[in-house]
Amino acid sequence: MRIGVVTFPGTLDDRDAKRAVRLAGAEPVSLWHADTSLQNVDAVVLPGGFSFGDYLRCGAIAAQAPIMKTIIDAANGGLPVLGICNGFQVLVEAHLLPGGLTRNEHQHFICRDQKLIVENVDTAWTNQFSIGQEITIPLKNGEGGYIADEETLKRLEGDGLIAFRYSDVNPNGSVNNIAGLRNERGNVVGLMPHPEHAVEPGFGPDTPLAMRSGVDGLQFFKSVINQVVNA
Amino acid sequence: MAKKVSLVDTTKAAKKSPDKVQPWKELGLKQEEYDRIKVILNRRPTSAELAMYSVMWSEHCSYKSSKIYLRQFGEKVTDEMKKNLMVGMGENAGVVDIGEGWAVTFKVESHNHPSYIEPFQGAATGVGGIVRDILTMGARPIAVMDQLRFGAPGHPDTARVVNGVVSGISFYGNCLGLPNIGGETVFNKVYQGNPLVNALSVGALRHNDLKLAKADHPGDLVILFGARTGADGIGGVSVLASEAFDADGPSRRPAVQVGDPFAEKVLIECCLELYAAGVVAGIQDLGGAGLSCATSELASNGRAGMRVQLKNVLLRDASLTPEEILMSESQERMMAIVPKKHLKAFTEIVNRHEVEFSVLGKVIRKPRLYINWGKEEIVNVPPRSVAHDGPVYERPVAYPKWIDALNKSSVKKLGLVRAQNASELASQLVQVVSSPNQASKSWITDQYDHYVGGNTALAMPDDSGMVRVSEDSGLGVAIATDANGKYCQLDPYAGAKLALAESYRNVAASGAVPMAVTNCLNFGSPENPEVMWQFKEATAGLADGCLELGIPVTGGNVSFYNQTGDTAIYPTPVVGVLGVIDDVARRIPSGWQDEGNNIYLLGITRDELDGSAWAEVIHDHLGGKPPVVDLAKEKELAELMHGANLQGLIASAHDLSDGGLAQAVVESCLRFNVGARIWLIELIERDRIDLTAALFSESQGRMLISVGREDDVKFVGLCEARGIPVLRIGVTDSVKELVIQDVATWSLEELRNSHSATIPELFG
Repeated sequence: MRIGVVTFPGTLDDRDAKRAVRLAGAEPVSLWHADTSLQNVDAVVLPGGFSFGDYLRCGAIAAQAPIMKTIIDAANGGLPVLGICNGFQVLVEAHLLPGGLTRNEHQHFICRDQKLIVENVDTAWTNQFSIGQEITIPLKNGEGGYIADEETLKRLEGDGLIAFRYSDVNPNGSVNNIAGLRNERGNVVGLMPHPEHAVEPGFGPDTPLAMRSGVDGLQFFKSVINQVVNA
Repeated sequence: MAKKVSLVDTTKAAKKSPDKVQPWKELGLKQEEYDRIKVILNRRPTSAELAMYSVMWSEHCSYKSSKIYLRQFGEKVTDEMKKNLMVGMGENAGVVDIGEGWAVTFKVESHNHPSYIEPFQGAATGVGGIVRDILTMGARPIAVMDQLRFGAPGHPDTARVVNGVVSGISFYGNCLGLPNIGGETVFNKVYQGNPLVNALSVGALRHNDLKLAKADHPGDLVILFGARTGADGIGGVSVLASEAFDADGPSRRPAVQVGDPFAEKVLIECCLELYAAGVVAGIQDLGGAGLSCATSELASNGRAGMRVQLKNVLLRDASLTPEEILMSESQERMMAIVPKKHLKAFTEIVNRHEVEFSVLGKVIRKPRLYINWGKEEIVNVPPRSVAHDGPVYERPVAYPKWIDALNKSSVKKLGLVRAQNASELASQLVQVVSSPNQASKSWITDQYDHYVGGNTALAMPDDSGMVRVSEDSGLGVAIATDANGKYCQLDPYAGAKLALAESYRNVAASGAVPMAVTNCLNFGSPENPEVMWQFKEATAGLADGCLELGIPVTGGNVSFYNQTGDTAIYPTPVVGVLGVIDDVARRIPSGWQDEGNNIYLLGITRDELDGSAWAEVIHDHLGGKPPVVDLAKEKELAELMHGANLQGLIASAHDLSDGGLAQAVVESCLRFNVGARIWLIELIERDRIDLTAALFSESQGRMLISVGREDDVKFVGLCEARGIPVLRIGVTDSVKELVIQDVATWSLEELRNSHSATIPELFG
């Protein structure tokens, strides 16, 4: 089981994503933005960061990178793709997921341990969760406010395409508390919070049991391994 | 189109026109300094040379007023202290061997003045600059921290500076992908017109990856890479630019640099790949003094020379004069010394990262720096005279007479009223922990990414920041910084030792073993003999303190001229201590985690309220003498912590400093939302103090420890065996309350609201 992790110029969480893949039990494969080959990976992670310095719009330039052409085709063919934070912004800019991400309504970058409700488990990246489960993973972004037009929102809600909602606190003013989305097929998932920062005891969010012991993010990567292995 | 008139001042012209009037004064040089340049060159300098000397001999670059005092950091050391020091003072940053083939490099630097003029870019480029220093040593930067001082919280200008600085650090640091793991924020009216923005970075490297900034092999290429050179950060040198008459030229140069963290992130990855490929023989970042500094330092460090063609510099603004190119402080640039045979490999790597570069020249055997502008020679100097043999001053020193009166106006002498009853004490406790300096800084730190990298083991609000260095073994480092300006105003010698003591104690509280020291010495004008006395005292205190603790100073930074008009800031020597921990899994949290644990106070509490948060908040008073510092006791305490932690006896540890026991107890409750019952009666009897002193005294050498019941006997036995005063003062509780017997009971929710509302209300 090989999972590709894409590095764009300005990507920051690629090493973290590779570590998460490894801890979940798969082999991480580095993918470079200027290449076009996916090196036969079974799934792809678009990690967080500030690809191309967030110039133009977050994720807009990365969405045009050579590797993305291949990823878009593969995603349309069913390849599991997870976009985290800036990766989510790239997925939206690449039209693999609808809507847009805007400046947090309070205008500040925010880093916090964020509670989420899992809304949908019929995806490549969420099948190890249960519906309505509350999980805690770090959130850190400056432009995480999700927006979409009325019609799109209606479709997202009606078709069960919302993967995660913010619970407790809406940290950035996202409409309907939307934290993450899935596509119709369930192979593409994007979210603002960072599952790859909650995979290793000692380095994740605090839990009632112990400091920095939260590992809820690991299930994202175990989900895709489960999906690919049982496919 | 106006016709361009070339007025490039060449070495040839300089010989021919020895009496030409030059703007040395406007560039900040003294008459005797200008005369000395003429002696060195045996002629007048060209305008390019004048620009180079003026900036390299500035206080900021040459340390001319501080040098004679900084020497003692290298002198007051034992062989034992030097044992783990791979690179000491004088390089871009000190390097410490932490074992298992790993080394770390860390340094703190000031960016105070730019951050007042333009807080956002000033703070942002402060982060960028210190990170490049770390990168230059061959290390991967792994974390940053910031030490901030702002004016009075209620002053109308403070919010501008706070918001700008915090956004700038957040913007730049977050975009670089470096976790921000801690720091300090202090408000005081003395910093109103002169805020302090210090930035610290730490990096990790394998022993054999160490790089030094030197060019010592003739024939090697001198390559400038990264961002293009523009007109930013030129400052005073624009008086030279005014000599060129050009109607198309830019008229005013911005003195504050503008940062692009994306360019720096790409540069970091590019440099690390260049290092790994082994194609770089020497490396230097471009910070203060830009190309003047990089060329002269590389050549001087290598005891060699250099021939440079300035027309080869890639420009953002084609109208720049040669002097401006030499002075530009454009960010995100590096200079590499590359052996010719590696040029192809070098080119491939930088191209892959889409980083621009140009070959400026080559290293030569003769220790002379030649810089040409096209065919004309505009610089011909001994590089050492520019980079290392600048002027050294022994400035006049005068004991400030006002300090006697200040020391006399103590809390006791003035009879400052203490709480008369329980309800007054309770209200004072809430006032202290919710005052701007003691309140939670989470509104600030929540704007910083502390997760990126996946190696953060401790971050704010814990006493130290801690990052894992080796994923295989868990080997890691902890860093804490501190400087109590009030203590230093009362007694700079003791104040510097107190800053060292607190950082050291913070590192020990995290479970790490303190190992090395860095500093950023923020002071007023060195031309004021009283400020110079403060500087002399503080450096002596720090050097003596390091010797007592047995940990070396590895490097640092001096920032003078922090004052508004004649009024200097409080002396603010920021001291950073780095500690090592074999496995970060053993780190100690700063708050209680479980109910039913015993709470112990280690150390002795004296009636020490002078210079305290209590005196400031309740009485708006600063006077008397700072708390007594006993570094031998601090060392014993640190050794106890290490021993007890190895046995797994400690559930949490919080150092006691400003705000005293009250502050530590409240923070320990709020960290994980675990309540406690505290009693002070035995403490009051044993240490013969009153309740006010018990809660708010800032006596040193104390720590608040929670211990699981099963480890109780062992822990107390260990303390007693080592002669550390230990007293059980409470238990942690399942009820979400803080009960201080004979004082009050608070719900944790109300304490949290008081503690965390202050800063967002002021600045949010």
